[in-house]
Amino acid sequence: MAFAVRLVNLEVKPEKCTPLVEDPKYRKSYEKLKELLRPMVREIEVRSEKKTVVIGGEYVMFRHEMTYLNPPPIAIDVDDTMDKEELAKRIDIAENFRYEYIGRELTLDLIAVRSVSNDPEQFKKTVRFVSSNTSLPLVLCSLNPDVIKAGLAEVPGGRPLLYAATKDNWREMAEIAHKHDLPLVASSPGNLDMLMTLANTLEKYGLSDLALDPGTFAGSKGLSYTLNAFTMLRWRACNEDCRLAGYPLVGTPISVWSSMNGDKRAKAWWEAITAAMLITRYVDLLILHSIEGWVLLPLVILRFNIYTDPRKPVSVEPGLRIIGSPNENSPVMVTGNFALTYYIVTGDIEAGKVNCYLLVVDTEGLSVESAVPGRKFLPEKVAEVLESSGVAEKVKHRILIIPGKAARLAGDIEDATGWKVMVGPLDSKDIPKFMEERWRPEVIEELMRG
Amino acid sequence: MSSLEEALRSKLPEFLGSKLAEALEKYGELILEDVEIEVDELELILRPGAVVPALKPPVEVKPLKLIETKFEKPKMEWTGKVVEVKLGATRSEGGTRDRVLVVGGETVPAFYAFAGSMSHPPVVAMDVFDMRIRLPKAIRVHFEDVMEDPAEWARRCVEKFGAEMINLHLVSTDPYIKDTPPSKAAKTVEEVLQAVKVPLCVGGSGDPVKDVEVFKKVADVAEGERIVINSLNLDMKLDDIGPYLKDKDCVVIAFTPMDLDKARELNRKLYDYLPKERIMMDTNTAGIGYGIEYGFTVMERARLAALMGDKELQHPIVAGVTNAWAAREAWIKMDPYWGPREIRGPIWETITGLVALLAGADYFMMMHPFSIKTLKEIIDYLSKSPFEVEETLPDWVSAKLG
Repeated sequence: MAFAVRLVNLEVKPEKCTPLVEDPKYRKSYEKLKELLRPMVREIEVRSEKKTVVIGGEYVMFRHEMTYLNPPPIAIDVDDTMDKEELAKRIDIAENFRYEYIGRELTLDLIAVRSVSNDPEQFKKTVRFVSSNTSLPLVLCSLNPDVIKAGLAEVPGGRPLLYAATKDNWREMAEIAHKHDLPLVASSPGNLDMLMTLANTLEKYGLSDLALDPGTFAGSKGLSYTLNAFTMLRWRACNEDCRLAGYPLVGTPISVWSSMNGDKRAKAWWEAITAAMLITRYVDLLILHSIEGWVLLPLVILRFNIYTDPRKPVSVEPGLRIIGSPNENSPVMVTGNFALTYYIVTGDIEAGKVNCYLLVVDTEGLSVESAVPGRKFLPEKVAEVLESSGVAEKVKHRILIIPGKAARLAGDIEDATGWKVMVGPLDSKDIPKFMEERWRPEVIEELMRG
Repeated sequence: MSSLEEALRSKLPEFLGSKLAEALEKYGELILEDVEIEVDELELILRPGAVVPALKPPVEVKPLKLIETKFEKPKMEWTGKVVEVKLGATRSEGGTRDRVLVVGGETVPAFYAFAGSMSHPPVVAMDVFDMRIRLPKAIRVHFEDVMEDPAEWARRCVEKFGAEMINLHLVSTDPYIKDTPPSKAAKTVEEVLQAVKVPLCVGGSGDPVKDVEVFKKVADVAEGERIVINSLNLDMKLDDIGPYLKDKDCVVIAFTPMDLDKARELNRKLYDYLPKERIMMDTNTAGIGYGIEYGFTVMERARLAALMGDKELQHPIVAGVTNAWAAREAWIKMDPYWGPREIRGPIWETITGLVALLAGADYFMMMHPFSIKTLKEIIDYLSKSPFEVEETLPDWVSAKLG
């Protein structure tokens, strides 16, 4: 039963039900179930020998209708005129980019190899170098089918994405994709009729793992087209059951680098903005040129946020946490159970090498800032967790340190718990300093006496 | 008999309409054995299209030429309209402002140019505080020398950074900060009204009792200017402040913390005292990494509901984008790979603003001059026709890029 519930909530796929898949007598039911649960946007897989990246597979237009499921993978480009040093540097960033955010590791996903030389041999060499130095799957980018074919020979055991079939090269590209069973992007910048024409033709060619590139125009002449094109395509797929629009959408903020004027920083700035716009509206795969941390950091966090399941608050269990090795004189601090609040606060306490007891109050997954005015940071809840934690037996004092943003509740918390309240700093990064200045025997004594 | 099947059968039609129900009929023999399920446990989110079988036709003849296919624009109908709210009053209307700004009036979701015409462009207003407060360095450098003088601060925003409006925050009135008396706070408002001629929005400290007193005095000195009061909430004595602000010709911002039911409730209460066209709503904004998804979804839902006819949500939306700076990534020193905070901060604020813009926000409260400049450029770009794009995208596939 649990499986069925998870199935209907799209948390698990019918393939995972082994008897259903393996037993021939369920074959028919399995096929039907699969059809019933098929996403509005086709899901395609791109693979290296070590990793699989999923693109598309979405069911809804707006995240509050259910949830978005597959965060759009980010591909970082390299090209076949870069020397080994530059290639190695970019591969290293794509491969090893890590940012720790509320206990998760945010990473990049793919490498897009472009052919600037338009020379099959040179492309082949570059693809060989890249694929032997990365575990990430590849996107092979060239509009010249001979170049793509040459590159393909260097990705044994992988399933790269091919970019792209256009109105001029579609037959040869379709033939390559068909022969090797590879996913293929149909590209028609600025012309959605041609995009549908390509999708329709490639389908008839026998291809089903397609992705659509309506063109990512930026700046004054094109940002509006881009936003409208992505929105219309996704609306057609999700709300009007248009099969041809129901393929993953490819966004190429990298095009800012060839279409906009300005210095490198200005281009990187607009690339970040164009990518953020597409993450908010419907992109299923992004190809980027910038490798700067300040461009990628807001994008990977925004992507994580937008693809968070709105049906489940991002919260941690309320209760007592012991940080470091506290003793009977150590402080007792209070915070909310929004995951982000919790990870930042514990991070700051740990970084400051403060030994303490931390009481995590059930604020229904809201931050302290929202929970206080929203009446989710309740004195009774503080009392509840204080009681159940048994921390009263662990410390000699009777002082709670509450977040500065909950200062307003100091009196009520004292009433509800019978403990004295010390109002802590507004930002948890100041906890170590606060401890040094305020958590002194004389202050504690005075507070306990008064 | 599988109760899952039963559950699906009994529940689906009301959720999904007839199409899926028909499809399900077709799959009448769908059976899962040894399965029990309570209907209440099901969260049914399937959509009609999900049952249309995939077409992967057996290839008989590969096409030799392109099969011409048209892209059909989506068909949609929106029945609701967001009210238009006028901000500021010029001489001819009894005020002294140099312009009147109008927000709202939308009949389609944000920047759905393909579905209908766009209404008034959103307004980007700059924050000013009535005392020196702690600000990230990247912002502080622009205002360091005027932070003791709100009138000069406002003038800097308008004259140097082209602010369309000023949000003056009377934070010093907070009983926990300086407890500035209402009459003194009102004086600051007068000074700012003298110093700049753009429309003005005035905020309190967030203390529901004190704010009522502060807002009354502010409304007194600004009578006729059609200022915006930021903000009223469910903890306030609305029967006291509501009628007062109506008589003084103020616009109000109705603030609720990321909760649509509360937003409706507050608006409903305010209708007893104020005309609809004098209410904007702030459903709360959080920055990237700090709950942006909650703010985004509440805002998006509010706007879609308004356009689908929910009259209690048909108000222009206010976004406090400055909240983006609460994210430590926006201001903290990090490893050099992440770039200087002088650029991390502005990109954080800009993208937070962009996300609110796409959700449907009409009125932006912001701080960093470069973020404001960029957001205005984005608004300008997105307000252009989407259908006049050149078909040739400058080649990025084979170009040597800088």
